[in-house]
Amino acid sequence: MATRTLQFKIYRYDPDKDDAPYMQDIAVDVDPAIDRKLLDVLTKLKAIDDSLSYRRSCREGICGSDAMNINGRNGLACLTEISELKEPIVLRPLPGLPVIRDLIVDMTQFFKQYHSIKPYLINDTPPPERERLQSPEEREELNGLYECILCACCSTSCPSFWWNPDKFVGPAGLLNAYRFIADTRDEATNARLDDLEDPYRLFRCHTIMNCVEACPKGLNPTKAIGKIKEMMVRRAI
Amino acid sequence: MSALTIPVRKFDAVIVGAGGAGLRAAIQLSESGLKTAVLSKVFPTRSHTVAAQGGVSASLGNSEEDHWHWHMYDTVKGSDWLGDQDAIEYMCRKAPEAVVELEHFGMPFDRTDEGKIYQRPFGGHMSNFGEKPVRRACAAADRTGHAMLHALYQRNVRANTQFFVEWMALDLIRDAEGQVLGVIALEMETGEVVAFHAKATIFATGGAGRIYYSSTNAFINTGDGLGMAARAGIALEDMEFWQFHPTGVAGAGVLITEGVRGEGGILRNSDNERFMERYAPNAKDLASRDVVSRAMVTEINEGRGSGPNKDFLLLDLTHLDPATIMKRLPGIRDISIQFAGVDPIKAPIPVVPTCHYQMGGIPTNYHGQVINADGSVVKGFYAAGEVACASVHGANRLGTNSLLDLLVFGKASGDSVVESIKTEAKVLKDLPVDFAERTLARLNRLNTQTGGESVHETRLDMQRAMQAHCGVFRFKDKLVEGVNKICEIEQRVARSQIGDKSETWNTARVEALELDNLIEVAKSTMVSAEARKESRGAHVRDDAPDTETNPNGRDDEAWLKHTLWHRDGNRLSYKPVILKPLSIETIALKTRAY
Repeated sequence: MATRTLQFKIYRYDPDKDDAPYMQDIAVDVDPAIDRKLLDVLTKLKAIDDSLSYRRSCREGICGSDAMNINGRNGLACLTEISELKEPIVLRPLPGLPVIRDLIVDMTQFFKQYHSIKPYLINDTPPPERERLQSPEEREELNGLYECILCACCSTSCPSFWWNPDKFVGPAGLLNAYRFIADTRDEATNARLDDLEDPYRLFRCHTIMNCVEACPKGLNPTKAIGKIKEMMVRRAI
Repeated sequence: MSALTIPVRKFDAVIVGAGGAGLRAAIQLSESGLKTAVLSKVFPTRSHTVAAQGGVSASLGNSEEDHWHWHMYDTVKGSDWLGDQDAIEYMCRKAPEAVVELEHFGMPFDRTDEGKIYQRPFGGHMSNFGEKPVRRACAAADRTGHAMLHALYQRNVRANTQFFVEWMALDLIRDAEGQVLGVIALEMETGEVVAFHAKATIFATGGAGRIYYSSTNAFINTGDGLGMAARAGIALEDMEFWQFHPTGVAGAGVLITEGVRGEGGILRNSDNERFMERYAPNAKDLASRDVVSRAMVTEINEGRGSGPNKDFLLLDLTHLDPATIMKRLPGIRDISIQFAGVDPIKAPIPVVPTCHYQMGGIPTNYHGQVINADGSVVKGFYAAGEVACASVHGANRLGTNSLLDLLVFGKASGDSVVESIKTEAKVLKDLPVDFAERTLARLNRLNTQTGGESVHETRLDMQRAMQAHCGVFRFKDKLVEGVNKICEIEQRVARSQIGDKSETWNTARVEALELDNLIEVAKSTMVSAEARKESRGAHVRDDAPDTETNPNGRDDEAWLKHTLWHRDGNRLSYKPVILKPLSIETIALKTRAY
């Protein structure tokens, strides 16, 4: 089988032994017929140097573990086609979050913002014996929202989140906030809007739209944010 | 290092694993006010439940008549009568309640025109005791597992559950009387080893599909709970039974849900023939998974596979309305484009049977309590989900019963723990003095090993051996050889070596520790499979063919019993199948046909 050599530049940092991060040049032979995705090649690289550290799990784009910065764009390694990448392939950790080691970032701040929007259904009416009813049209309102995999590609591509990760909810959190606002079963719409009506939490979004380009699931946080803003305007008049 | 140097943290209960079963159990514990720690190797929504696609079964009857009794019949038949009928009745009766509750938690199910939960047909789901397909699989498009896992996590956020994210449990702590007192775990970020001392321990660590070379399973599915249980002297049940899902993407192994066939998709061979009509004239493409996988391998073996090497079959959706695909199977379309390079609206998807699910596991009763080989309860120890064997799946699991299993038994195990802590397990028993010795010795060995074996190569050899010797069809000679091979590989695992010695986020160390668990699963599988000299469900061997006295090669007289593999001495024992349900008559033994 025809093998091909791929050139990589990978961000490396192990706080146990490195004083500072550095970019490592490394080459690896791949079989383009088998090693189709970036994650396949990372697995190969790790077989050569087991100290290369990154998160991964499902390898099919549904768990959200292997988000990283690939040739300057955020994406999932398991969904990134090797043949579409320019060499040397430059891999860095997601921008804007503290690096723990190599391609692994500390996601505490990201999840803190997700948790801050009360990401659960709020409905204090005692539930019926059977399911709560929801029409197919009402359910469709959740499409493009509930599919979020919390990979952080969007929030870590957003300059507003880089500058204010402690105050700005960020695109992922806001997309999820709208997922509950849009759910006809949820009774806390007003409280949710009150919580976001804040110069930072919502209004740091300047519709730069990096998030839309970064989302590996094709979701549109900017649109969801727009809908939240619209609802705020509508309830004000 | 002595045991005294390990920090000890005390809890009422510790749950290992934060997939569907662990999260469902955690809701029970957190909402009852118990001090609970939930440990997970990954952030909870990255657990493998997230990859489930097609649905969760419940006889809601939202689109047509259905009954839990029919669901139970299908499950017993699907299990090839190896499932325990008390646990199966319990699960099928609880199903509607479990699914409705999930809806109340916020799960975004698809809806019928009347606004009820949408249900689709699935393999082996039949009405009126096997008569014709029925819509029983409750679905959120083809992302049911994702929607479910997120809804369960969200409910835990509401309940303020305390998570220990990116902690890997290493070993179970048992005292001299065999009571379980928690686990020892490794914090991946810092390398710190800590004891979680608890009155009750629930294992919800999921499956171990990574023992095979080609698997639909995530990298994290390394059988950690099984390895820990086996090392602590718990026998593993029915480990020879592994489900090969009919439709993994050829080459990539990524899952394509059975829901595709539920929505009307058809399997075709190189002659463009709908070959399932020959193997299962009634259920056709919606026969049980073991039946469909065997039919596919037979087609390939007889030269009717597709592609240049005639080594895959085609899953054809091209006759479906593109709107149906976009609405009901959008994730499948993405996967197909990403991993098979085809748009299923325009061309069929190349698929092959791929290792998917472990029917066996840690023996439990239907309360989620772990059971010793002598039938007694292991004090303080519970298990639920894929790691457990209740046994509701027997020799072959029905599609969508896995998500149901983790809801029903996740909750049951949580309730059992709450009940036990209220009544008998009020005080925390002392830890044995040497509780951490074995774990620390294992870590120390790994840190100091020289001239050892590469984790990557050893794991690959194990996966290839399992694939070649213990696949869809099994052969007497190959199984005997397989046992020898796996025992050799086990010796190599004991000498595994890593280059990375850092304390910070050392994934090489984690993978080596996972391999310690994988090899226990591989060995129990191969040894149990070699010993079972019949064909039943997913375990089909060449020397147990279809005969008049033993239709399908099943030998009820000799083999209607559960296997128990004991790590100590690599020995097997057996225990009877529970044929008596809780409230109804036994579903009598019958030859399986679809």
